[in-house]
Amino acid sequence: MTTGVLNPSHYPARRAATVVQHYLNTRYGSPYRWIFLSKVHSGSAEDMAEMRKYQLELTMQEMISNVSGQCSAELLFPGGEGQSAPQVQASCEGLLQSNPTAQEEAFYQQHRASNNMVSGSNIPDSYGHMEPSMKPFWHLGGVASSCIMLRESNESTLYNMAQVANFTQLETEKDQLRFNYHVLLHEMISQEIIHWKLLVTWSPEQGVKVLQTELQPKCHDCEAPPNTTN
Amino acid sequence: SFSLAVQSACFVGLTCQLLDVWMEPIDLSTPVDIRVPFTSLQTVKAFLETEDIPYSIMIMDLQVMLDEEQDQMLSARAAAPRTTDDYDYSNYHAIADIYSFQDMLVAENPNLVSKIVIGQSYQGRPLNVLKFSTGGTNRPGIWLDTGIHSREWVTQASGTWFAKKIVTDYGRDAALTAILDKMDIFLEIVTNPDGYYYTHNSNRMWRKTRKPNPGSSCVGTDPNRNWDAGFGEPGSSDSPCSETYRGPEAHSESEVKSIVDFVKSHGNLKAFVSIHSYSQMILYPYGYTSTPCKDQSELHDLAMKAITDLASLYGTSYRYGSIINTIYQASGTTVDWTYNQGIKYSYTFELRDTGRYGFILPANQILPTAKETWLALMAIMEHTKDNTN
Repeated sequence: MTTGVLNPSHYPARRAATVVQHYLNTRYGSPYRWIFLSKVHSGSAEDMAEMRKYQLELTMQEMISNVSGQCSAELLFPGGEGQSAPQVQASCEGLLQSNPTAQEEAFYQQHRASNNMVSGSNIPDSYGHMEPSMKPFWHLGGVASSCIMLRESNESTLYNMAQVANFTQLETEKDQLRFNYHVLLHEMISQEIIHWKLLVTWSPEQGVKVLQTELQPKCHDCEAPPNTTN
Repeated sequence: SFSLAVQSACFVGLTCQLLDVWMEPIDLSTPVDIRVPFTSLQTVKAFLETEDIPYSIMIMDLQVMLDEEQDQMLSARAAAPRTTDDYDYSNYHAIADIYSFQDMLVAENPNLVSKIVIGQSYQGRPLNVLKFSTGGTNRPGIWLDTGIHSREWVTQASGTWFAKKIVTDYGRDAALTAILDKMDIFLEIVTNPDGYYYTHNSNRMWRKTRKPNPGSSCVGTDPNRNWDAGFGEPGSSDSPCSETYRGPEAHSESEVKSIVDFVKSHGNLKAFVSIHSYSQMILYPYGYTSTPCKDQSELHDLAMKAITDLASLYGTSYRYGSIINTIYQASGTTVDWTYNQGIKYSYTFELRDTGRYGFILPANQILPTAKETWLALMAIMEHTKDNTN
């Protein structure tokens, strides 16, 4: 494990920075706010008792408004055998300048009444295309995926959401929009496509919450998990 | 349950024939899909709500979709290109279209382009390489390949554009003309044709070859872990179900062996660029070991020039470095093998983007990606030419 000053071009800093991206999306993401890592400026890693601690200076970009901001972050990857999620603290300047409140509110009001449930599939499609009306659901899927990606991340993973396979709106409950999502995550080191089903809620006030997650079997034409010996 | 609902709907006067059932009731947990004519819409909705049957709208207006599909089919038929000038470079194409493109390009440029079939895929598809040559005998060569991982569609699309770019620029662009007056360029656009077909017809996310693995229900070998360079070492998997499965032995895949045989029999390649997506990187050997390759310093500096030239077009930011430092340990990779064969300027590219769209890059990014990548390739090809006798 690399310790000390990290080369911003190399993968240890990059993986940790992506975890910060997932964290920021779980905290601040919405159908109209989706944050991506833009650049790693500097970083360092140190071994602490049973843990690995990273410090990073980053630029993050919000993809809908294109606003960028500088972030300082600290991460703790737990060591040992537990599968617990990394802990992240981050403070950003300027990143959240965009004010999507009006769009979020309009979207929320449009979809909270229960007589017109929305659904969609293959977002984006094979050609990278999606209907404009599907875009906020794509963003929402990305933000919800960030919850899982944050939870599943360690120093040997790098996650991105590859596609929203499908989503279906459910009845609004307790003023939260509710959706079943089936998302495909791409894990870069293993190159695997990992299917998850999520139960997601969102409202402008409460933000995105993932209530249930269910890992799907890898594919229908192969049953053995990746680490089966032949 | 829905079938009960349909029966009672009939009793309350909803004419059952008006409901066009697309997915029949199967069991209690599987939804039923019905097409509802507009005139029945309000009645059906009211009925479902009264009976507390949850529903969701899959398609708002079927006619709109049918009209669009009709338009697409008409325009697709009408636009089957008859020359490479008509070809739509800003779109993703089925494998048959790319094969036609290759033949058209050769037919239009018989003095510059020829097609070499270096082998066959597992399923028997031709492995086509376009050779761009202005003459000579076994001139030093530059190799480019795209699409070795089939889901990385922007690469095959860019490869097609590169082919056209070469024939367009020869005789017009001084730098490219100088390269082709001294060296040959070899371009394999669909390096994994079975996989590419599979991504169009079955699974958009397929990466590997399509050769079955005996004793396993899992198909395919990762063609970028199948080369005889650090084969079998950490950085590839021994499980056929894994996306980085190295295969039963080095060069077991015909898609790989065909290139190996070509490289060895050519014997005079000086640069080898294998193009992937995504991550926006230019990488040089090694992936299987952290020992720096002996030309690290020169390859590093050249990579820096390449990414600087690339960024000059649209500001796209690339990282660069050795495979093992920049992305991960990977064993049995293409460029580690080609480098160890003595092809000094061996690079792996990872094209757009950095994860927002990933493999499913929108078609409107094909041309910008191809154009900026071309600048990086020109930097490498020029340096190769200047450092080759």
